[in-house]
Amino acid sequence: MSVTTEGRRRPGVGAAPRRSSATERRRRRQGLVAWLFALPFVLIFMVFMFGPLVWSFGMSFTDMTIRDIRTPFSVNFEGLQNFVAVFQDETFRKALVNTLYFTVVGIPLTMVFGLALAVALNTGIEKFRAVFRVGFYTPVVTSIVAVAVVWRFMLQGDGLVNTVLGWVGINGPDWLNDQYWAMPSIILMAAWRNMGTLMIIFLAGLQAIPSDVYEAAEVDGASKWRQFRTMTLPLLRPTLLLGAVLLSVGFLQVFEEPFVMTKGGPLNSTLTMSFFVYNQFGYGRFGFGSAAAYVLFAFIAALAAVQFRILRSKD
Amino acid sequence: MVTVNPVSSRPASPGPVSSARSALRFPWSRAVTYTVLSVGLLVTIMPFIWMLLGSFKTQGELLRRPITWWPQAPTTENYETWMSQLDYGKFLTNSLIVAVCVVLGNLLFCSMVGYALAKIDFPGRRLLFGLVMTMLMVPGVVTLIPTFVIVANLGLVNTYPALILPFLAGPLGVFLMRQYIQGIPDALMEAARIDGAGEFRVFSRIVLPQCGPPLATLAILTFLGSWNNFLWPLVVAQTEDMYTLPVALSLYSVGSNQTNYGILMAGSVLVVAPILVLFLLLQRYFVQGIAMTGIK
Repeated sequence: MSVTTEGRRRPGVGAAPRRSSATERRRRRQGLVAWLFALPFVLIFMVFMFGPLVWSFGMSFTDMTIRDIRTPFSVNFEGLQNFVAVFQDETFRKALVNTLYFTVVGIPLTMVFGLALAVALNTGIEKFRAVFRVGFYTPVVTSIVAVAVVWRFMLQGDGLVNTVLGWVGINGPDWLNDQYWAMPSIILMAAWRNMGTLMIIFLAGLQAIPSDVYEAAEVDGASKWRQFRTMTLPLLRPTLLLGAVLLSVGFLQVFEEPFVMTKGGPLNSTLTMSFFVYNQFGYGRFGFGSAAAYVLFAFIAALAAVQFRILRSKD
Repeated sequence: MVTVNPVSSRPASPGPVSSARSALRFPWSRAVTYTVLSVGLLVTIMPFIWMLLGSFKTQGELLRRPITWWPQAPTTENYETWMSQLDYGKFLTNSLIVAVCVVLGNLLFCSMVGYALAKIDFPGRRLLFGLVMTMLMVPGVVTLIPTFVIVANLGLVNTYPALILPFLAGPLGVFLMRQYIQGIPDALMEAARIDGAGEFRVFSRIVLPQCGPPLATLAILTFLGSWNNFLWPLVVAQTEDMYTLPVALSLYSVGSNQTNYGILMAGSVLVVAPILVLFLLLQRYFVQGIAMTGIK
């Protein structure tokens, strides 16, 4: 893909009228070259990402089911009927509440874990610092399918977790088979899997805070906790918000954790919005499922927009 | 990664008296930090320890209550079963082939489009970038079925291309490369253009050689994503010779095998081990990668 270089000479000094047509030609050539650079990505993007996105948007206004797959244009336009039906669907409302539960509890929990680890690793400890960082990050890199096997085993009614709880006199429930405890278990697992990422991001943020700020506070006799509350937290605000944005986009889409751990049960107590959509596609209700998917997308976009506004306004 | 160490500058400031006093004091706060971190670390990696220990226990021991910690009669039987009943080598090869192709595709295509978006002014530039950014927020399930229908109509179901093509160039990579290339000064590129170099030459000789850090990050992130990718391979890989490791493990763990914990744990160890070894070897780059995508 070598591009000829003719016409790329420095524009002549005099010759004002000719120069404008030369720059015009140059701009057109540049546009062509740029699109050539973008071509492989654009092809993949259009066929496997943006195309399907538009397609499912279109589908959400139709009564398309799996039977219409060979004749996608013979379906009936239904307007907003699917969206109305989605919000009337009791299971969807349950999934919506579950997803919000997961997000609203899971994000603060993960952030507290991540921040606590980052602060602890940033106290100037030298020995084993790398070991701790690697160890706490390990859950991030491992396959959820593999991890789910051992989590399910540990969370059994008479498994490792309850054995340890038994030492301190707590009689733990059968976590994943209990409709009230299944979701907290999933949240805990998600926090475990994501705290490493936040730890790294927060650690980078903490290290960007100049140390003389703390020295001044130290001289003034401010306690560690006070320093943390009145200086570290405010200075870390942009980083904290960034972590919240990254996490909330992922957490609202939560799917794999309940899929491998509970299959959405018991009694739909861990059924999330993504899982609901996945099930609808499984049942062949393409139009309805797409509408539900776009409701989820709207939530994510709205939340991201709000968070970016907060992020921007304080920069 | 720059390490700013606030402690090193601290003892010098308050003067000789207080530093002498603090030297006599037992460093309680440090001891507490280490204790908390150690306990936290143990809890964090407990699932992996439990997985490894469990994979050497017999089925009988795994079901025994109260639970046993150390394997009473260590056995490699679980691994042997996994190796003889299932084609581990094939799954491993499939996972590797897919991951390597996905990584190479992302490195090349994302840096190309990243260069165009960062350094060439062309019609449609803002639109393209806007679409890429939007795509970062789209939930995976939204595009799952249309993508499957497309792949099916292309006749690609149960082939390597089906596993690879949809991930060959992703929006995250484009974003990452564009942000980084934007920070490269124009001077060198302009000089090369004046010397008569075409855009492709400028890209391959001047821009790419400076893109080491984001390319390393992108390689790691896409390899990780591909290796652990689960839902899509589960949908398009339909015969055993196309399974990747997570798919094989997940499809093995249904039905009556669901409680075959010994074999499942051995399988989990075999799925996790390669990526864990890679992570331990390259951990510095992993960390750098996360910080880069998070901060920029």
